[in-house]
Amino acid sequence: MSEVTLTIDGQSVTVAEHATILQAAGALGIDIPTICYHEACTANAICRLCVVEVEKQRLLQPACVTQVRDGMVVQTRSERVERSRRTILEMLDSAVDLRDAPDIQAQLVDYNAQPDRFPDAERRAPAPIDDNPMYIRDYAKCVLCWRCVQVCAEDAQYTFALSFDKRGFETQIGTFFDLPMPETTCVFCGQCVGVCPTGALKPRREWLLEQGKTPDEIMELTRAERRKSRRAKQ
Amino acid sequence: MTESLAASLDLSPLHAILAAHADAGRSALLPVLLAAQAHYGYLPQPVTAAIAQTLGVPLADVHGVIEFYALLYNQPVGRTVLRVCTDPACALRGGDAVLTAACAVAGIEEGETSADGAVTVERSPCLGHCNSGVSVNVTFGKPQRNITFAHVTPDTVEALIEGRGRTTADFWSEDYVGGDLSIITPLCGRGRRTRLVEYEAVGGMQALRKALTTMTPAAVIEAMHQADLLGRGGAAFPTWAKWDGAAKAPGQPKYFVVNADESEPGTFKDRVLLEGDPCRVLEGAIIGAYAIGASRIYIYIRGEYPLAIERVEAALQELRNASYLGENILGSGFSIDVEIRSGAGAYICGEETALFESIEGKRGFPRVKPPFPTTHGLFGKPTAINNVETLAQTPYILIHGPDAFQRLGTAESTGPKLLCVSGDVVRPGLYEIGFGATLRHLIENLAGGVVGGELQALLIGGAAGAFATPAELDTPITFQGLRAAGLTLGSGAIMVFNDKRDLRDILRRLARFFAHESCGKCYPCQLGTQRQYEILARMAAGNPLPGDTARLRDVGWTMSDASLCGLGQTAAAAIFSAMQRWPHLFENGDAR
Repeated sequence: MSEVTLTIDGQSVTVAEHATILQAAGALGIDIPTICYHEACTANAICRLCVVEVEKQRLLQPACVTQVRDGMVVQTRSERVERSRRTILEMLDSAVDLRDAPDIQAQLVDYNAQPDRFPDAERRAPAPIDDNPMYIRDYAKCVLCWRCVQVCAEDAQYTFALSFDKRGFETQIGTFFDLPMPETTCVFCGQCVGVCPTGALKPRREWLLEQGKTPDEIMELTRAERRKSRRAKQ
Repeated sequence: MTESLAASLDLSPLHAILAAHADAGRSALLPVLLAAQAHYGYLPQPVTAAIAQTLGVPLADVHGVIEFYALLYNQPVGRTVLRVCTDPACALRGGDAVLTAACAVAGIEEGETSADGAVTVERSPCLGHCNSGVSVNVTFGKPQRNITFAHVTPDTVEALIEGRGRTTADFWSEDYVGGDLSIITPLCGRGRRTRLVEYEAVGGMQALRKALTTMTPAAVIEAMHQADLLGRGGAAFPTWAKWDGAAKAPGQPKYFVVNADESEPGTFKDRVLLEGDPCRVLEGAIIGAYAIGASRIYIYIRGEYPLAIERVEAALQELRNASYLGENILGSGFSIDVEIRSGAGAYICGEETALFESIEGKRGFPRVKPPFPTTHGLFGKPTAINNVETLAQTPYILIHGPDAFQRLGTAESTGPKLLCVSGDVVRPGLYEIGFGATLRHLIENLAGGVVGGELQALLIGGAAGAFATPAELDTPITFQGLRAAGLTLGSGAIMVFNDKRDLRDILRRLARFFAHESCGKCYPCQLGTQRQYEILARMAAGNPLPGDTARLRDVGWTMSDASLCGLGQTAAAAIFSAMQRWPHLFENGDAR
């Protein structure tokens, strides 16, 4: 396997030629922040938080998908990089409820993101969807990383229960015909919940505990729901 | 889905539509959805489910596709759908008043459907008739038809509703086509399609004959190289390099794609070419397909251009009948045919990789590049994709030679160029010039000068372009000359604003356009276009917040630096150019 040598933040590193900048930086112990990236998912370079400055490139490059080249010179925290990352985080914070996203909270601090940088900004704040016994979908917390859609499709389960509604700022993850989850092709494998970085998808029991219900109340509630469901089937 | 709806729907027309497309699989998704919607008026769930099953596409994906495209509906809409353009060129002529009147006539708000199901009124992005009055795209009838009308006024908009006395002639507008040159537009602007025999009578199709019978593909590419033709869609990439890359790329089959998804606000040149002289564009496309060794040509025409689609279809029939398309063309052994694909309301599909996704039956999300289309294009295969005007230039190069082509322009910007002039001028229209003429010549001599006041500003290159001041009128129209002045030629749109116009309102409309058209894939553009619009809406209304100017800069730089595709990367370009030239427009948003 051929290797290439590049420079990241002044440090030289030699990696496999098909490696990404993100991987090369990782080898040096340099942390490049990401939101949408997940090792088990196809990288789509969506969140752009991992952008870095590459010498002789006009635009910032997403480290998660940009392949290394011999002699490449990369800056991971230049002024341009910092401005983009900070602004992306501030805009995200102005649109989405990030309370259950500890990694992004840490990034907000790391990049000096101002709270309420965008006053009077339209937020995405739909009500939580509680339509199945297994998990809650609270899209007010969704950052549109696409991981849930991807694991529901070709990245893992081939279930194809999830889809996109609308486009642009108004995009929301949903089901076909906006059906309740039990009426879709969902097999409740739970992989979407596992890859969600912001608590938009959450086990229902965890959510009920957060709502202030006691374990006993939750047991009673789920028992009642099962009885109701059995009656409906008969 | 409800049982009753499924029972009451007659699915036999759908089965006929599906039978014609079933072999194409997912790639047939958009054509099938459009055809089914034309029959049913919208896409009811049983119809969508049957389409998903027959084409072998997950229902979730079909739903996602319908949700993406502005011209597809999964809920019932009015028997007439009025889409009123309120982007800058139409706004200057009263687009807002027409939209208000349309809503009043229907008794509804924008985006709603009247209770009797007769009318839906929507706000539309630029419809590409910027040289005319206010444009309205209308869907009506059963099966549905689609027509874009121009010169609509608040008093006449009611007549566009089905059954209320519309005659097409009332709203007909012939495109004014003028300029210093008539190399690619001699047969345009005549109010009708030029037939193949007419095109042949003035030397048309001779370039194809020459290429196929006397030139190797490599020789065709070399001629394009010598001519130094740069792409006319906006990016000004060397055409020969695309063709050379696709020709040399390993992998079969190869595809040739015509990008006719013209939707940059203020741009209408490709529509005029396709409506007036489609054979010239198609001749260029067949030559390009020969050069790269393609086995199929797709021409992707925006859905709001129904007349262009109709006329290209008619031209294709003539070309097939005359054996310019099909098997063994002109005895050369080269075989090819052309398939038309209609867009469905998404500016982003003019981005080449989003256009491929759309043909493949997906949401129009741009892909990460590299890999580039020449090696991994449509269906992952080597692909050349060119703008309509670029291809219309090709026949001249092969017949008259690269040198003659170069002499029409300057040393670095070769050949003729089409410019779409709209707004406050005496004669809005399409102008063909040689590169090197000045903006002043175009505005004052060709377009007849500014009307309604003194010149205040030019917007060059559309929403993704840049503003120029009257002091910049002597800038030569070349790729390099404009770049040196901090401008861009972009798609060749030039909107003219007199000094009575409120530039803050224009900026707000540009920002709204991008917020509406962002696909939502990457964060900088998905979030930034929305925030940019909010800030500019406050500034236009005269009540910005402290710090808005700094916010606008950070949003703009982030979109420009970090967005995934050209849409986000240029979504702040016009705003930055205005900031540089008229800082006082933004002063009210400075920190106080």
